[in-house]
Amino acid sequence: MTEIVELKKVCSQVRRDIVRMVHGCQSGHPGGSLGCVEFLVSLYFNIMKHNNKFNMEGEQEDLFFLSNGHISPVFYSVLARSGYFPIDELKTFRQIDSRLQGHPTTHEKLPGVRVASGSLGQGLSVAIGSAITKTLNSDIHTVYCLCGDGELQEGQIWEAIMYAGSKKVNNLILAVDVNRQQICGSTEDILSLGDLTTKFTAFGWKVLEVTNGNNIESVLNALNTTQKLKSNGQPVCILLNTEMGYGVDYMMGSHKWHGIAPNDEQLQKALDQLEETLGDY
Amino acid sequence: MEFELKDTRSGFGAGLLELGKTNNNVVALCADLTGSLKMDAFEKEFPNRFFQIGIAEANMMGIAAGMTIGGKIPFTGTFANFSTGRVYDQIRQSIAYSGKNVKICASHAGITLGEDGATHQILEDIGLMKMLPGMTVINTCDYNQTKQATIAIAQYQGPVYLRFGRPKVPNFTTEEPFEIGKAICLKEGTDVSIFATGHTVWEALEAEKKLKENNVSCEIINITTIKPLDESAILASIKKTKCAVTAEEHQILGGLGGSISQLTGRNFPIPLEFVGVNDSFGESGKPMDLMKKYNIDRDSIFSAAMKVVKKKG
Repeated sequence: MTEIVELKKVCSQVRRDIVRMVHGCQSGHPGGSLGCVEFLVSLYFNIMKHNNKFNMEGEQEDLFFLSNGHISPVFYSVLARSGYFPIDELKTFRQIDSRLQGHPTTHEKLPGVRVASGSLGQGLSVAIGSAITKTLNSDIHTVYCLCGDGELQEGQIWEAIMYAGSKKVNNLILAVDVNRQQICGSTEDILSLGDLTTKFTAFGWKVLEVTNGNNIESVLNALNTTQKLKSNGQPVCILLNTEMGYGVDYMMGSHKWHGIAPNDEQLQKALDQLEETLGDY
Repeated sequence: MEFELKDTRSGFGAGLLELGKTNNNVVALCADLTGSLKMDAFEKEFPNRFFQIGIAEANMMGIAAGMTIGGKIPFTGTFANFSTGRVYDQIRQSIAYSGKNVKICASHAGITLGEDGATHQILEDIGLMKMLPGMTVINTCDYNQTKQATIAIAQYQGPVYLRFGRPKVPNFTTEEPFEIGKAICLKEGTDVSIFATGHTVWEALEAEKKLKENNVSCEIINITTIKPLDESAILASIKKTKCAVTAEEHQILGGLGGSISQLTGRNFPIPLEFVGVNDSFGESGKPMDLMKKYNIDRDSIFSAAMKVVKKKG
């Protein structure tokens, strides 16, 4: 268990990593990455019982699956800062011969990644499979999955939501990053998601809503609450209301920074807002 | 010699049941086609290792990929159409690119699915699956071979596509252990090589009688595995016969014929003829009537062999 003050330091450093990585290769997805920092830092530095000496089978530990693979910068930074691979490797993000591909993959054997993601809508199914295997193996640990809210427009996700609810997969926690933005605009304008609480509830899930998913205390509270809810025989969904681009003022409040990189001047402006707490790579 | 008529999908069911008894890590997933895939015996015997996913094939492929994490060996079962084309991106990203040990078992492949018609008769699946890096592609010819292949793929680490069918066909192979990637010479000959896969293997054996009457000595090789291809067996045969016919219940474009054409073109160019469906969808009908109409039966193989021998000069 890491203290809140320490977690906040990690968050600030992870945000610096994200903007520097995306700036370094002049591509990637900073917006969603910045919005999910508190969630991933909470999972890896506080909630999950996990082993940074990675092995693919992941037995007797909690597992995490990133379904919206385009937010790889936050995933890679958190994995590196948790000791899965050298922090210095972050500088190879999206470069040729790197293990840090644009979207996460097992293909280059990057420690911490258990399935490729990027083509949207697939991660929850994989997480369900992993959760079933844990049950078959009498492994009492939990499987976590994160997907984007725009990603809920994919049909496969609803097949998976229906399955987990109907078959009562109760060692599974899904977080939905509700930032209400996607590449072409707001989710409301592109294809409205409707009332997600009602939808998940109707599919047999227990739903928790975090009003401010960029407040680390709120995120930790929700994740701790899920531990108590799991025994109810239902999968649990956390609707995590976040702000795309959180922590960098000019990236917030718009879909514009979903998938573009800052220039040199913009990078400096971002770094000025983010304290270097653990040392840049 | 008369052989018992049995369906290849029942060979899969028998193989899966045997695996259930011998390998605790084998699990089975089905998308609401348990009876059609002959997975009912496994379901009954091992209910805790059988997962009814419902009519949701994309989710089934993802769940199978996830189940490998922690050591399970998932066998998915649905029709070939819904095992490949419907879920191509799921297989590509979550299984093939992720290197997951999933066995995609596909029944009702090809035109011999029959009466349900073209919506269900996939003739493109071999091509789709062989193009995926790291994917093993197997197409078995009868009950015994399908049973043995099912057992063999559990021992192999990596994604596999196992293709079989619906109709009852002669069960002519012996129950010897299946070797992935090994072509089987069923008859030696000197004038033409016939490389057949799946249901066309029996048709090739039938064509051989008529070829013999016409003084053509054919070598019949059962290509059980389209990928990896048994290159040395194929090259050894064509170096002897100097011409070949490929036969498959699949589009000519992109199937076994394409693989053999590339192999011979690079190593030992020879005249080739291709028996397969020629850039067309299928239709409803009786399996053997369709094989005849779409030119993939014994007569088509006979004609192709006569033609290629003539071409060789």
